[in-house]
Amino acid sequence: MTASVDTDDDATRQLARVTSMRTEPATRRPVSAARRLSQTTDEDRIVVWGSWIGALALAWMIDCRLLPWTGAISFILTWFVAGLLLLALATWLTAGTTTVVERTVSAVVHGGAFLVAVALMSTIGYIVARGWSALHLPNLLTQDMSGVTPRDPVSKGGVLHAIVGSLIEVGIAISVVIPLGIGTAVFMTEVGGRFAKVVRTVVEAMTALPSIVAGLFIYTTLLLGLGLPKSGLAAAAAIGVMMLPIVARASDVVLRVVPSGLREASLALGASRWRTVWNVVLPTARPSLVTATILGVARGVGETSPVLLTSGATTFLVTNPTSGPMNSLPLFIYSTVRSGEPILIARAFAAATVLLALVLLLFTTARLLARPRKGSR
Amino acid sequence: MTTILRADLEPVGEAVPRQISKAESGADRLFVHAMRMTGATMLVIVGGIGIFLAVQGIPTFRHYGLHFFTETQWEPETDKVGVAAVLVGTLSIASVALLIAFPLSVLLALYISEYSPLRFRGILISGVDLMAAVPSIIYGLWGALFIQPKALYVSHWLNEHLGFIPFFRVDTDARAAAWQQTSYTKSAFVAGIAVAMMVIPMATSVMREVFSQAPAGEREAAYALGATRWGMIRSVVLPFGRGGIIGGTMLGLGRALGETIAVVLIISPAFIIKARVLELGTNSVSALIALRFGEATGVQLQALLAAGFILFVITLMINTAAAIVVSRSRSGAGTDL
Repeated sequence: MTASVDTDDDATRQLARVTSMRTEPATRRPVSAARRLSQTTDEDRIVVWGSWIGALALAWMIDCRLLPWTGAISFILTWFVAGLLLLALATWLTAGTTTVVERTVSAVVHGGAFLVAVALMSTIGYIVARGWSALHLPNLLTQDMSGVTPRDPVSKGGVLHAIVGSLIEVGIAISVVIPLGIGTAVFMTEVGGRFAKVVRTVVEAMTALPSIVAGLFIYTTLLLGLGLPKSGLAAAAAIGVMMLPIVARASDVVLRVVPSGLREASLALGASRWRTVWNVVLPTARPSLVTATILGVARGVGETSPVLLTSGATTFLVTNPTSGPMNSLPLFIYSTVRSGEPILIARAFAAATVLLALVLLLFTTARLLARPRKGSR
Repeated sequence: MTTILRADLEPVGEAVPRQISKAESGADRLFVHAMRMTGATMLVIVGGIGIFLAVQGIPTFRHYGLHFFTETQWEPETDKVGVAAVLVGTLSIASVALLIAFPLSVLLALYISEYSPLRFRGILISGVDLMAAVPSIIYGLWGALFIQPKALYVSHWLNEHLGFIPFFRVDTDARAAAWQQTSYTKSAFVAGIAVAMMVIPMATSVMREVFSQAPAGEREAAYALGATRWGMIRSVVLPFGRGGIIGGTMLGLGRALGETIAVVLIISPAFIIKARVLELGTNSVSALIALRFGEATGVQLQALLAAGFILFVITLMINTAAAIVVSRSRSGAGTDL
């Protein structure tokens, strides 16, 4: 073991990421040598990697030779459990119980995170893979489904009507939701008072409203109560009703973390209240406000249950939201996948990929806008 | 620095004290009024929905009385309508989802806030947010067509080896050479897996947020006393983040209860109360609404609205409890300059 002399700075930095890698009892260490902190020795590496490789071999033996279990799930599970056992055993032979617990927990945490990552990747990968046969053809984005029979090949027809419908419905919804939602948030944080508390309580309560119940509300009041036809406008209303509390609440949370020192400084400089809100509070919260709104929009685009009840479905392109049924991406996916026809299911997966891409686009925009502006001051 | 007010001295010349008016300027008054109007509009719209749902439910509760909560069937033709089976189904799907999502969320949140390399932390946080933004119908497709064929082997294995536990029992011969595959599909278990994918990001982001707020001083103190990383997590991060763990899980539960489309795509509706989550057939309140709204008129529609109202009230109670738990924990410290 080499004696290393750390500067004060180094030592502090290493202390911060100290781990349990002290595998040797303190007594065996030469008295003169400086203690090495946070160093992974070769022995540690061999123990960890060796355990996992050993477990792989063991899992192969158990799964493929000894027991009649087949399939990837049981193999990976056996590997993981065997790996944990081997790791604990090997560590126990070379170090103390504390290290055994430390390494086992670390492996479990990494395993859990890995499992979630695999699940998310498999979701996205599966959707794209199943939709690929319809996805790589350009007519998917340029044609609608008018005159296309269920048995027609994927080279005919597309989801243009659903994309346009989704965009129109969500566009109408956000043009009402954003001013009203952010305005309410400003009211709750900047004006305050007893009434604002009532509004906040009700808004927070209504974020619990399940989206299907929002759809059922619009269905009962607008469609059955007022006798309006199923239309894009009704769907927009349902999406809007669902998004309103979500956007208002998210904006409220964002505005509340604007440091009150900034507000007080602005007021002390003689700015009026609305000047303070307009020039200090909103610009400070701008990135997070945009993020909150766009995430709300992403939620609205992808939600199926409100449009299922209110919009009705068409096979052709509709651009007038008041003139009758209008299809949208989630509804198109839902209705085609339930048909059971293989070609239609491929179309559904292609539409799902388009929807996923749309959400991803919104999401990336939100992230880019949320980054603090450089050199603004 | 001291200021001495000399009241007995007359003000010198033109130095008249500034008039400070407490009254708001016109623009400010307009601003306050406009904002109050916005708030009032919001209250009318959003509060109106709640009141509407409650009012629509009254005739149903009056007509069916307590039978509405004990009746399992939903047959408006014979006037037998009740939410017992769908409520139990909703709860069983949500509990499966939570059983899967809770450990994974805690592990993922711990990984992101404690184990992941600093360079990737931002990407991982974005990844969790992205997972939350993925539409539920996508998880529904994934659950129904990708997970279902694999999950039925897991279900079969559980039934074969742990079938003595009522939850894992399936009413079919598990040890038959050609076991009945269809008995293990379209179950609360498969629906729960898909719903768990929606619960995980919600719960994880709350937990991670709280974990990352654990005071640096206490972390360093634990390390300085010789704690390993897990030792530090156990003695500092987890006690500090307890509120976040409970609150995040409950928020996820709220989402799990209201989930519609993924559940509708997976389950096969059945109106029976049962605890056997691996078995074919279950139901949920939201799935009931989605499948039955089209044929409903008059009284039946009001019954559906009443069922929706019950779902809303349950979700509301859970969310409120979650908010209280999160705000009571130490992590709810305010921000100030």
